[in-house]
Amino acid sequence: MSATTLTPDMAAAERPPSPWPRRLADAGMRCLAILIFIAIWSVVSLGNQYLWKFFNPLLLPTPIDVVRAGIEAVQTGELQANIVASMRRVIQGFGIAAIAGIVVGLAVGTWRPLEKLVEPMIELLRPIPPLAFLPMMVLWFGIGEMSKIAFIAYAAFFPVFTTTVEGIKFVDPVLVRAASSLGASRMDLFRHVILPAATPSIITGLRLGFGLSFFVIVAAEFIAADSGLGYMINDARTFFLVSQMLLGAVVIGLIGFVVNILLRGVEGWLLRWRVATRG
Amino acid sequence: MLVTAPSATASRPKVSIRGAAKQFGKMVALQGVDLELQENSFTCLLGPSGCGKSTLLNMIAGFAEPSAGQVLVDGLPVKGPSADRGVVFQEYALFPWRTALDNVAFGPMLKGRGKAEQQEIARRYLALVGLAGHEAKYPGNLSGGMKQRVAIARALANDPSVLLMDEPFGALDAQTRETLQEELLRIWEQDRKTVVFVTHSISEAIFLADRIVVMATRPGAVKEVFDVEIPRPRERSDPEFVRLEREIKLLVRAEVQKLGVI
Ligand SMILES: Nc1ncnc2c1ncn2[C@@H]1O[C@H](COP(=O)(O)OP(=O)(O)O)[C@@H](O)[C@H]1O
Ligand SMILES: [Mg+2]
Repeated sequence: MSATTLTPDMAAAERPPSPWPRRLADAGMRCLAILIFIAIWSVVSLGNQYLWKFFNPLLLPTPIDVVRAGIEAVQTGELQANIVASMRRVIQGFGIAAIAGIVVGLAVGTWRPLEKLVEPMIELLRPIPPLAFLPMMVLWFGIGEMSKIAFIAYAAFFPVFTTTVEGIKFVDPVLVRAASSLGASRMDLFRHVILPAATPSIITGLRLGFGLSFFVIVAAEFIAADSGLGYMINDARTFFLVSQMLLGAVVIGLIGFVVNILLRGVEGWLLRWRVATRG
Repeated sequence: MLVTAPSATASRPKVSIRGAAKQFGKMVALQGVDLELQENSFTCLLGPSGCGKSTLLNMIAGFAEPSAGQVLVDGLPVKGPSADRGVVFQEYALFPWRTALDNVAFGPMLKGRGKAEQQEIARRYLALVGLAGHEAKYPGNLSGGMKQRVAIARALANDPSVLLMDEPFGALDAQTRETLQEELLRIWEQDRKTVVFVTHSISEAIFLADRIVVMATRPGAVKEVFDVEIPRPRERSDPEFVRLEREIKLLVRAEVQKLGVI
């Protein structure tokens, strides 16, 4: 028999990435939105100061005042020190949460009896806002670094753990069958099927967990700290330095923004196969 | 030109099913199945949806155990899945995070072959199914027909002696489906394996099989076995083809009617 002609159907050609002009337009819109926000802020602040005088102008400084406070804080080295202090806590606490969340999540997700034991405990603790435990953590771990790190680790554990378990639960069983019919052992299945299949979900959990770490560190530093961005805001409050309070908020926002972009970059690289799947 | 009737050349039973039954709770999915599949033969399991075709295939694959009776491959009872029994699924079941090449290299990788050898094998089998040049694509970038080609290459790259296919072309359009049927036969004639192919298309079964096992419903069982003697390549307009098609159609219709209104 002669070989039949080969006609692989090409229905699913790759989609070209979005063209440059559209991306530029997107970026332009974002910048415009930020500019409008700053403009509204300036108008409210300056308008209040010079025209309608609704409230004490000290309560809402202009963006320029905040920038000025920022330059000053950088010159004294205070801002950098506070950023480093906060970031150090976030990285340590989040690191612990990420490792513990993934390890416990993988164990629970792959071993049913453990799931029955651990799941109810988690479900009991999860609805309690982590902040409720903060004073207790201070009692247990003291006012030093330990209490903040433990607090972040506790708060960020839940999203990482939950998404890891979910990721494993929703692995397509037909992929497991396919792999075992190709000769995969239990260990192979875990390494080459379950883990990669759960990766997108785990990464989502890591991103959520990192966001949450950031969220709670500020609160922790309000209560018990002598450094960090939360401390900076709270300290400024006692001296009525509103520009500095706003500076703390802006810096936190900027760091969150940058970190999110970095994490999305890592995610995009790790999950490059997914772009195709979505297309 | 190959004109040999494979059922005549081979004689050793590769797969033996002896009094196999399968129950899910109280529901009897399959009952009293006796079949002997000759080595390197091409068997189609044919029947309406729900008659237990997948259940039977899964027992041969080792995904499920019979509730009674035995499933033997090479004379030994099946104990779980094995690399010697390749499976192709209707849902393709490709690993979306692996490129076409790495999907096909999966079996050789598990066998501990070197990286270069894995790639060499995978490249060869991708070329065999007509996908040379598509090695670096992810499944998400392939059409249904191309995905199923990759899945077939992946199963073959392990060089199994049994190839189990569960409605592999069921999700494809008619044109792609016929092309893949022809190519499957071309590959099988080059590299004989014992193939068990599940389908509910009568014409697909006659086009492909040496033997067609028509299955009964409620409970699932073997109703009748046909040996197809039409020489390959088969023409769908061949009078013998048409006659057989009509005969099987009547048989299947009776089974569908047992299911009541559908
Ligand atoms: N895991 C299962 N649990 C319960 N019932 C099942 C299971 N698998 C199949 N069945 C039932 O067994 C019967 C045969 O199913 P199946 O072998 O998938 O049929 P087919 O592949 O011929 O369409 C169906 O009625 C189906 O609902
Ligand atoms: Mg089926």
